[in-house]
Amino acid sequence: MTTERARVADWATDFDHTDPEWIADPYPIWDELRATCPVAHSDRYGGTWLPVRHEDVAAVAYDTEHFTSRSVVVSELRPGPDDLPAPIGLAPPITSDPPFHAMARRLLLPAFSPKRIAALEPFTRQLCGELLDAVATRKEFDAAVEYAQHIPLRVIVRMLGFPQEDADVFRRFIRMVLEDVGQSAEERQAQVDDGELDDYMNARIAEHLDNPQDDLTTFLLDAELDGNKLAPDHVRGTMVLLMIAGIDTTWSAIGASLWHLAQNPVDRRRLAAEPDLMATAIEELLRAYAPVTMARLVANDFEFKGRRMREGDWLLLSFPAANRDPGFFPDADKVQIDRAENRHAAFGLGIHRCIGSNLARMELRVALEEWVKRYPDFELANPTEVTWSAGQVRGPRSIPVRIL
Amino acid sequence: MRVHVDREKCQGHNRCYALAPELFDVDDLGNAFELNDGLVSEGLEDKARRAVANCPEYAISISE
Repeated sequence: MTTERARVADWATDFDHTDPEWIADPYPIWDELRATCPVAHSDRYGGTWLPVRHEDVAAVAYDTEHFTSRSVVVSELRPGPDDLPAPIGLAPPITSDPPFHAMARRLLLPAFSPKRIAALEPFTRQLCGELLDAVATRKEFDAAVEYAQHIPLRVIVRMLGFPQEDADVFRRFIRMVLEDVGQSAEERQAQVDDGELDDYMNARIAEHLDNPQDDLTTFLLDAELDGNKLAPDHVRGTMVLLMIAGIDTTWSAIGASLWHLAQNPVDRRRLAAEPDLMATAIEELLRAYAPVTMARLVANDFEFKGRRMREGDWLLLSFPAANRDPGFFPDADKVQIDRAENRHAAFGLGIHRCIGSNLARMELRVALEEWVKRYPDFELANPTEVTWSAGQVRGPRSIPVRIL
Repeated sequence: MRVHVDREKCQGHNRCYALAPELFDVDDLGNAFELNDGLVSEGLEDKARRAVANCPEYAISISE
């Protein structure tokens, strides 16, 4: 159950990233704040900050001394004394701080290098083709539910070596972690205590210990840190991280890109006619519709850009807002699929740069390539039926389209 | 013209490698480095500038 929250009346002093207005269209909110209150504060969630200029978002991302990554999802439940403390955190390395962070990250990086990810491209392309085959006889279908969401889900399930039929289990977990942030602290703690997610992961870990495979799960179980195998909590936390961070995010990017193309015939025809432009176009779509907002906790009292931050305050680290800053990107509000200069921050900045960025980029490119090859012309069947996710990962969850 | 990757600033976004694989490669950890001591052969100058202009970390520089 989600607690009903009061609607936001003033974005500079009372913002809430789960408010229906933010969910529907956050960009005008950020534009206004950039002009009036570029580091906004809200008392919600026990105190939360929101920088919206690129330079301020970058400054926070680079400052691991004053901002800890111990929890990266804003909710009513802050990390408690029983949770793994920094620098490790619950889901290393995303919840880790230096110096542990670099070690935990270095373990994972080789599994996500461009060359390793390129090996997954044929599987991804075939998967996209099969998903499009499945709807080939219909003129109308849901591009988010029947196409976008399956792609990162099935790819990460394959990488981890989990049963493909567990897709529904994953979807439920993701919703619990990322979207149900409106729950009270008690409701959220009850879900954590319930332990279903841990039980599921423990079962998969046990299977892989008995029967090692050539997959990411066995890779993690074999990995060593300072000559020791990783603690079970570390392995499980990282698997949960990969599952959650690898699915909702890319699903959102693919969905938002298709939503854009459905409404912009010039762009989609150009992509169908100029396949070489796709690599540049996906970077622009990632800039304009960056799905992921991270969070930090203020590590100690200090002053940031004239605001007095206190230890334990949340900070929403909005890379999507940074990507729309007209002070950094000319015509920031316009999607220009051939944008030549594009230092977008969709995958973050600094030491926590998204470890799956090469994977996400490959999935997005292949998903759009296969789509425009098959359907260069399509439109929204009913624009009012498009729904957007709540929380820190923004993307369309339903996109009814009509093939033209 | 030469390109140079600042290994301290590079966070492995791999944008340079995607844009100009003739000029950059990445190691197993995703960190970029310049090929051929950074020497930009004729005809690749635009690609070098594109790589600079798309690095989110400002890790790439050009010297003439």
